[in-house]
Amino acid sequence: MTNDEIHSFIENAIKENKVMLFMKGTPQQPACGFSMRASGALNELGVQYAALDILPDPRIREELSAVSGWPTIPQLFVNGELIGGSDIVLEMFESGELAELLGVEQPDQPDVPAPEPEPRQAPLGLENRMT
Amino acid sequence: MPSAAELKERIEEAFPGAQVMVHDLTGGGDHFRAEVISDRFQGLSRIQQHKLIYDVFGDEVGGPIHALSIKTQTPGDGR
Repeated sequence: MTNDEIHSFIENAIKENKVMLFMKGTPQQPACGFSMRASGALNELGVQYAALDILPDPRIREELSAVSGWPTIPQLFVNGELIGGSDIVLEMFESGELAELLGVEQPDQPDVPAPEPEPRQAPLGLENRMT
Repeated sequence: MPSAAELKERIEEAFPGAQVMVHDLTGGGDHFRAEVISDRFQGLSRIQQHKLIYDVFGDEVGGPIHALSIKTQTPGDGR
């Protein structure tokens, strides 16, 4: 593939997919914590989305950044428009803006897989202290 | 290799009067988190705000600065 072909492939992918995520790895096997959190947010919302792994050829990333003007991966596009990278996607997910943008219900307990999840300690029940 | 202090200094130069915090996330000098509070962000979308920060570093983001996580706020956005 020539660079021009990669460029138009990316432009078409953005145009033809309502929700398009460019990431490192795949939603099933993300290759980077930032990509994992962005695809995790979309999974959590239960929306259908297209994902493209940018790792197989370094030119994909170069051409993508040329199209979007955004230097880092992941990049989320909705309706052909760049929404942002993982920080913005996560902020919008947590605030409910992403669900609104995508026209889905915000889950009751937004829970994005963190790179290093810490176990939560259950609060000590009152009855435990009253014996 | 860039340091958190160097990144902080460069953001402060580009955004006079901003409150800037930069952490080296891994200690390896390539994954950073920058939190910037500046009135320059007033009226801009998140995308535009983050782009202003990326613009400070140009091609270094994705190069020597492997990853730069960003949080931007205006002084009015109290949390």
